[in-house]
Amino acid sequence: MLAGVAAGLAEHLRVDVRVVRLVFVLLALAGGSGLVAYAAFWVVVPVQPGGPRSAGDSRRELIALASLVALGLGLALALQGLGLGLSASLTAPVLLAGTGVALLWRQADDSQRERLLQSASAMTSRPSRLLRTVAGVVLVVLGGVLLVATRTRLADLRDALVAATVVLVGLALITGPFVLRLVRELGVERAERIRVQERAEIAAHLHDSVLHTLALIQRNCESPREVARLARAQERELRAWLYRPDAGSETTLSGALGGLVGQVEDAHGVSVELVCVGDAPLDERVGTLLQAAREALVNAATHARGPISVYAEVEPGGVTVFVRDRGPGFDLGLVPPDRMGVRGSILGRMRRNGGAAALRSDSETGTEVELSMPFGGREQA
Amino acid sequence: MTPATVGHGDGGVPGVVIVDDHVMFRAGVRAELGERVVVLGEACDVDSAVRVIEAPRPDVVLLDVHLPGGGGREVLRRVGAELPQVRFLALSVSDAAEDVIGVIRAGARGYVTKTITGDDLADAVRRIADGDAVFSPRLAGFVLDAFAGSVVPGDIAEDLDRLSQREREVMRLIARGYAYKEVAKQLFISVKTVETHVSAVLRKLQLSNRHELARWASDRRLL
Repeated sequence: MLAGVAAGLAEHLRVDVRVVRLVFVLLALAGGSGLVAYAAFWVVVPVQPGGPRSAGDSRRELIALASLVALGLGLALALQGLGLGLSASLTAPVLLAGTGVALLWRQADDSQRERLLQSASAMTSRPSRLLRTVAGVVLVVLGGVLLVATRTRLADLRDALVAATVVLVGLALITGPFVLRLVRELGVERAERIRVQERAEIAAHLHDSVLHTLALIQRNCESPREVARLARAQERELRAWLYRPDAGSETTLSGALGGLVGQVEDAHGVSVELVCVGDAPLDERVGTLLQAAREALVNAATHARGPISVYAEVEPGGVTVFVRDRGPGFDLGLVPPDRMGVRGSILGRMRRNGGAAALRSDSETGTEVELSMPFGGREQA
Repeated sequence: MTPATVGHGDGGVPGVVIVDDHVMFRAGVRAELGERVVVLGEACDVDSAVRVIEAPRPDVVLLDVHLPGGGGREVLRRVGAELPQVRFLALSVSDAAEDVIGVIRAGARGYVTKTITGDDLADAVRRIADGDAVFSPRLAGFVLDAFAGSVVPGDIAEDLDRLSQREREVMRLIARGYAYKEVAKQLFISVKTVETHVSAVLRKLQLSNRHELARWASDRRLL
């Protein structure tokens, strides 16, 4: 509840967390050793990343803070009751300083946790961390001053404060350069480490992809078709890696078409020029369109020579895809009726799903398949 | 469709400068173009490009989009305005909208990818030398995307921010992989008319100051 010590111990010892808490409370009541043990565990035991405390929402923080305050109050009251307590004039300063210390130490605890998790929220919570540090320091200093003030006269206090300030400033002057250098070196080292990691990642990727492809190209150098295919596939892969780190999410028409084109290029060793204007999310109808486009593309790749063009346009009314090749062309009327490729997979499929397909072909300009699918408005055919 | 004989090349062959930071690529382009152009010089970065272009005054500069020293855009900025008779054809591997639109708006008259075949490149160079524009299917796609939803009926739209119906049809056919000749045949117009439409679109792309164009390009930066 406070710092997760009980929970951590419970997990480690594989017993119910309530049992551990009960033991702590009993020990605390019987002479306070429970409190000491708790504090010791808190400082010494490392925070488990992603552990039960990692759900650091602000409500939990508040509960922890409240229990901390309650604990402090309880401790003070208990000591008071036992008679060896502090006088009333001492209680306030001690409480103040205690709260400050608690704030600062929890701060260290938190920052350790955040560094372990390296979460993005560590960045966003920086102002609040600064605020807590300042508040903690102010509270501790205030508590200390009050403590001294209750015991001494004002003049003595002033002298003492001056002396203390001088010592503090001196300490700061002496240790300042060391601390600064330490911080700077830490920053440089961290930047260096990030660079090295980045480099290693790039090297690993290039090794896995580009170097392997280059080796394959050297081994296949007598087959221009294979070389072109390898180079094309590698280009596509590298482009995706460089410019689209989130690739692989084929949830839109253009993404899915890109994947489709890649597959056909790989399987048939052709080059396809893809141009997409606008984009649309994938749904059942767009999926149908893609299947028909795939069929048209495979046809083009098997029968045609030279480059293939795929053009997809999304308009408010629907999607249109053109697949064009520069092959010898053919006459649909001459294709025997039992050949299902074009009729079934392209024309029929589009018509059944409320779209339309048209085919233009002549020996001069090649073949172009036009597929259109309107949005909404089902069963139009 | 005989190319107008312009510039330095002997016998109507266009004089060309190749600007690219990859030696292998320059050598490849030079070999592919062969006798169809006269290569007047090569350059590998912005500064040397400016020098080489200012001295022999080529008809066409093949300009890599990504160059050390500021890229193709910087070359255009430094010499494009002074030497209006020199025309630029952008070559790139990137295909990113921002690069393509950027270099066109800086003054290039065409854009093709580096995977273009030698024949197509020679054709593009000749077209640029004649003062026409060269649109790859991808560039046509970018135009359609950037000017989406703002089409006016008719052949010619005076409005710089919008495409005419005809211009849009031409762009669509180019995006579908049609050559200019095929576009002309499809639309029952002459190749010259197709060229006129493409040049008009190029002008709109270069001069339109509608802010959507810039925003569209930067939104589409990753491709």
